[in-house]
Amino acid sequence: MENFHAISFENLLLASSLVLITLLFSYRQHLHLEKDIIISALRATVQLVIMGYILNYLFSFKHPLFTLGVLLVMMGNASYNAAKRGRGIKNVQAISFVAIAVGATITLSILVLSGILQFNAYQMIPVGGMVISGGMIAIGLCYRQMLNSFQSRHQEVEIKLALGATVKEASMDILRDAIKTGIQPTIDSAKTLGIVSLPGMMTGLILAGLPPVEAIKYQIMVTFMSLATTSMASFIACYLAYKGFFNERQQLEK
Amino acid sequence: MAYLEFDHVSFVDGPIKVLHDISLTIDKGEFISIVGPSGSGKSTFLKLCSDLISHTEGTIMFDGKKIEDYEPCEYRGRVGYCFQEAYLFGETVEDNIKFPYIIKNKDIDMERVTKLFDLFHMSLEYLHKKNTALSGGEKQRICLIRSLLFEPEVLLVDEVTSALDQENTLLVESVLEHLHKQHGMTILMVTHNEEQSRRHVNRRITIESGHVAKWEEF
Repeated sequence: MENFHAISFENLLLASSLVLITLLFSYRQHLHLEKDIIISALRATVQLVIMGYILNYLFSFKHPLFTLGVLLVMMGNASYNAAKRGRGIKNVQAISFVAIAVGATITLSILVLSGILQFNAYQMIPVGGMVISGGMIAIGLCYRQMLNSFQSRHQEVEIKLALGATVKEASMDILRDAIKTGIQPTIDSAKTLGIVSLPGMMTGLILAGLPPVEAIKYQIMVTFMSLATTSMASFIACYLAYKGFFNERQQLEK
Repeated sequence: MAYLEFDHVSFVDGPIKVLHDISLTIDKGEFISIVGPSGSGKSTFLKLCSDLISHTEGTIMFDGKKIEDYEPCEYRGRVGYCFQEAYLFGETVEDNIKFPYIIKNKDIDMERVTKLFDLFHMSLEYLHKKNTALSGGEKQRICLIRSLLFEPEVLLVDEVTSALDQENTLLVESVLEHLHKQHGMTILMVTHNEEQSRRHVNRRITIESGHVAKWEEF
């Protein structure tokens, strides 16, 4: 990037005055948030500095197996976090891993095969992180919706079973609602791109010196990959999870 | 020959033994009422009959076979269940009437639908009504129609008239009597209403504290 605009340490120090404004505001308004503000600003700085060095270190490894290993660790961690939202669902940990892994793998493979990304740590780890976290958030929403629906609409499910429906037929409306809940935020956010918000990635690229018409190409890629991953992960997670609400006799479990 | 047979059946829900050692036989074409105080296990008994829950001890036989040897969807197609709360799903009455046909991959049989709507004194215009626009009595009649579309061999009804006015109650009772007398349908009806529990029925079972306390023939 020929117009790359680097931020100096002094620049950042001056920018920290923004935190002082927040502190002053909290102090004058007696919000008692000063301690939290200081801790959050320090934590964000320390965590990001560490992450910067870790990424620098990771990007120095060129072997594709290493990249694959990092992606798998990210998927494992994401599925662990998503599974927390689905406590009470049978095999939720394994389901989350399969949903995230399949969704992210298909999306990343298409991006690599279409020539947009290269399979190296420098590109796969940050983009993989975006894809995997998108899948994680989506299936977390799906789980919460499913748990709520199977509780609040248990009578509807039992009526359908009593009419001779299979567990899939009895759960179909709940499944559709849960999948929609997982995908809807990504669809809504895609609709307002460029109108309500300029997303962080695109803003970052513009600030770093990339012309806006080039930056939008990356944002379009991110939008497409988010839609693909959230929909695939939501679909897989919901279709694998709903059966866990029933026993082998096709009865709704408490 | 016994059509539905309970042999030393118990049902335990966590630490609570809801039904204890129930043994009884029901013949084909019987109309039986089930009475008893709230919480005595009447609805649990019906749910066991409908295979929406499984007994924890004993044996339940239906038409010569153990209940667990039936494929659940096949069994529930033969034994219909109408719940106490008149719950309609989807948006309209049509959603509820179409569902049993959709799950059987069949086209809606308008002749059958018309017959049942007539039986319950309802016009076909109700099909297009929103669920929210229906009264409690209308909802319960739609629930019964929904359970009867494929004419189950056994109909389980759980206090379906408890929230209805007298007119609707008498209408539902007359339909149940018609199904029993004209179609030979086996009916098990849970009720709190003493008079209703004697009308039209052959036998009455009283369940108290999870036991069959009394059998009466009429």
